[in-house]
Amino acid sequence: MARIKEPRVKMPEQEPQRRINDFEEVNLGLSMELAQQEARRCLQCKKPMCMEGCPVRVNIPGFIGAVAKGDFTEAAKILKQGNALPAVCGRVCPQETQCEAKCVLGVKGEPVAIGWLERFVADWALTQETPVEEQISIEPNGKKVAIVGSGPAGLTCAGELAKLGYEVTIFEAFHEAGGVLIYGIPQFRLPKEIVKKEIDSLKKLGVKIELNVVVGKTVTLDQLIMEEGFSAIFVANGAGLPVFMNLPGENLKGVYSANEFLTRVNLMRAYRFGEYATPVIRGSKVVVIGGGNVAMDAVRTARRLGAEPAILVYRRSREEMPARIEEVHHAEEEGIVFEMLTNPVGILGNDGGWVKGIECQRQKLGEPDSSGRRRPEPIEGSNFVIDCDLVIEAIGTRANPMVTQTTPDLKVNKWGYIETDETGMTSKPGVFAGGDIVRGAATVILAMGDGKRTAAAIDAYLKK
Amino acid sequence: MFQIVDKKQLSENVYRLEVQAPRIAKAYRPGQFAILRIDENGERIPLTIAQAKPLEGLITFIIQAIGFTTRRLCGMKAGEAIRDVAGPLGRATELERFGHVVLVGGGVGTAVIYPQAQALKDLGNRVTAVIGGRTKELVILEDELKSVCDQVLPCTDDGSYGRKGFVTTALSELIEKGEPKVDAVITAGPVMMMKAISDLTRPFGIKTIVSLNPIMVDGTGMCGGCRVTVGGKTLFACVEGPEFDGHEVDFKELVDRLSTYRDAEKQMVESHRCKLDGIIK
Ligand SMILES: Cc1cc2nc3c(=O)[nH]c(=O)nc-3n(C[C@H](O)[C@H](O)[C@H](O)COP(=O)(O)OP(=O)(O)OC[C@H]3O[C@@H](n4cnc5c(N)ncnc54)[C@H](O)[C@@H]3O)c2cc1C
Ligand SMILES: Cc1cc2nc3c(=O)[nH]c(=O)nc-3n(C[C@H](O)[C@H](O)[C@H](O)COP(=O)(O)OP(=O)(O)OC[C@H]3O[C@@H](n4cnc5c(N)ncnc54)[C@H](O)[C@@H]3O)c2cc1C
Ligand code: FES
Repeated sequence: MARIKEPRVKMPEQEPQRRINDFEEVNLGLSMELAQQEARRCLQCKKPMCMEGCPVRVNIPGFIGAVAKGDFTEAAKILKQGNALPAVCGRVCPQETQCEAKCVLGVKGEPVAIGWLERFVADWALTQETPVEEQISIEPNGKKVAIVGSGPAGLTCAGELAKLGYEVTIFEAFHEAGGVLIYGIPQFRLPKEIVKKEIDSLKKLGVKIELNVVVGKTVTLDQLIMEEGFSAIFVANGAGLPVFMNLPGENLKGVYSANEFLTRVNLMRAYRFGEYATPVIRGSKVVVIGGGNVAMDAVRTARRLGAEPAILVYRRSREEMPARIEEVHHAEEEGIVFEMLTNPVGILGNDGGWVKGIECQRQKLGEPDSSGRRRPEPIEGSNFVIDCDLVIEAIGTRANPMVTQTTPDLKVNKWGYIETDETGMTSKPGVFAGGDIVRGAATVILAMGDGKRTAAAIDAYLKK
Repeated sequence: MFQIVDKKQLSENVYRLEVQAPRIAKAYRPGQFAILRIDENGERIPLTIAQAKPLEGLITFIIQAIGFTTRRLCGMKAGEAIRDVAGPLGRATELERFGHVVLVGGGVGTAVIYPQAQALKDLGNRVTAVIGGRTKELVILEDELKSVCDQVLPCTDDGSYGRKGFVTTALSELIEKGEPKVDAVITAGPVMMMKAISDLTRPFGIKTIVSLNPIMVDGTGMCGGCRVTVGGKTLFACVEGPEFDGHEVDFKELVDRLSTYRDAEKQMVESHRCKLDGIIK
């Protein structure tokens, strides 16, 4: 089989030395030629394993086959049937642990670049004047559904329900829709223009988005049902509450949660301070604590704002880091310093109340813990100080209790996440939930999968 | 968009804006605030809701023009619109029947105590308001407070109006006189004033509620930028406050954290100051 020998194409990227000075997207996207070349590597398996790796079961061989033939319209149609936000997923999904991990080409060589092809097709479709989707005629059924939160779960559910004829309103606390896609994931990984276009196409389906509505404060779930006539509600308000480590010195000036740092830079555009009014501390030496996607985004953002060095401190070793491989690789190219097996024990300040350093302790790996990963254990007497003027903590997030506290009959588990049955319905009839507020911090595609599945469940519930 | 329907100047740097925000007006309870953003390029700033008219769908802000955003806001006219207003945020004041409550408002902090005065009165409290400003012009809402309080004591630093001296002096006299005994103090204003009030009431064991004003971004608990130390614990003021037990608050830390963006804010004001009229655009 000659095709197996054909190497996987390379993603054209912006030069590391250039990109650390701006927020332009790192991956430039495949050209038409490269995309077709890559698509031809696909074996078109009879029993496509890749689809089993995809939480929303996109018809992967189908759309890739169409790309290979040069029929991009067909490719886009197939892709959009399975995935409402392909331009987003093509950029941020962890394909290496999902579809691409199952690709049979990966057994002996490199898997087909499914994510890059997804992005190629989605971007191509976004540049077309006439929308590629089948023009479906929507029959309004007169029923109203409310959605809390405009992240990937809420957006997907809204689109599905709108297509079924429901009058859908999304209530979003922030002044801009998109959830983590807007306030968390940086411009250089997911340009905001892409998210905006996806949201615009939802609006064309008739979805209404009411911004600046903090459900639980501005209006309660009960009011939406009793006073505003919504027949069902999908709660998808994410898991956005930052967790702090409770280190001594944590309230010094120059300590951020990753959420605050990224919100200032992404949502409020503080990287263009002057033109935009929100300031952000631009550290000259920055330490980010954590090892996931959020930590990686924070440290690469700090680097772009001028940090030299930008250091990632993580208590386990590189193998245990939950961040996507591509992001770790990009971070390395950008000169991010990795301090592995290192745990902070305190933040040090100067007389003016600003951060001047962070005291850390080296760790060694012990026995596996409940997560199956080897537990880090402190090495006595190994303490040392890293000089820095900004510390960003990216050690995780929790459920925001704003909705659940004001809805006493909504059952939550001991961590505050909402409990649902397999259809996504909560303990409160007519109220469904999905995405991070049910799963804890997870992924874009899982949130979208919840949105899609729950839309079907809401439809079934309202037809009863 | 949230339209400004009315604007009034209350003192040299203090303005009152009445804004159309029907959802917020309906949900509001005294003690809560809103976060607003003037336009696409604006920052999000918290402001206390001084009054709400649920039937008309209106809320009132009382704003002191101190920096880039508040100055721009105070330069807006009736008929113009604010792009984003989210709220009501924070916990409502835990109002109860204390007995004799003294409300202490410093400068624009008077906007915070004003809605509380009416609510406390309705609960059957005796309500005294002590309101202060550097000069006569800076004492605001005196007439409004007079209509709901049993007693209003204006104070000015320079003696140009009311009694001369700080609000603490007036409060300390009230406590000493004890006619009737002071059962609770609720205060809002400059941080150092709230600290002084808390220090004053501590030895008497008088319950003292302060309204804290840390820097905020989202106002919904999602960033932690507003964290304050109360009773040795770190709390997010936007969701667990903004009101706290004044005897437990680490005021020094709050003052320090409020200076975080001082240089950046100065830069913003200077670069947007109109060369001709000196107005912030
Ligand atoms: C920095 C960062 C990087 C990430 N990188 C990746 C990645 O590369 N790949 C990946 O797959 N996943 C990534 N994730 C995880 C992924 O973004 C989340 O799992 C996903 O966004 C969850 O979607 P959601 O719809 O459940 O919630 P969210 O995206 O969190 O959206 C929730 C929305 O609800 C709003 N809201 C909250 N409370 C209220 C309320 N009371 N009323 C109204 N609205 C409310 C919020 O403002 C928000 O807009 C990342 C997360 C972060 C923070
Ligand atoms: C819950 C809450 C309620 C508030 N209610 C009101 C209100 O009703 N009316 C009102 O006028 N203001 C109120 N404030 C304060 C108001 O939010 C700030 O004055 C405003 O954010 C300053 O923005 P600016 O761009 O104009 O000034 P900046 O340019 O940001 O700051 C100018 C100067 O003021 C200092 N400063 C910055 N933020 C604050 C702050 N939060 N408090 C005090 N000083 C600060 C800065 O250090 C700087 O020296 C409230 C704050 C909070 C947290
Ligand atoms: S302002 Fe962000 S958590 Fe309070």
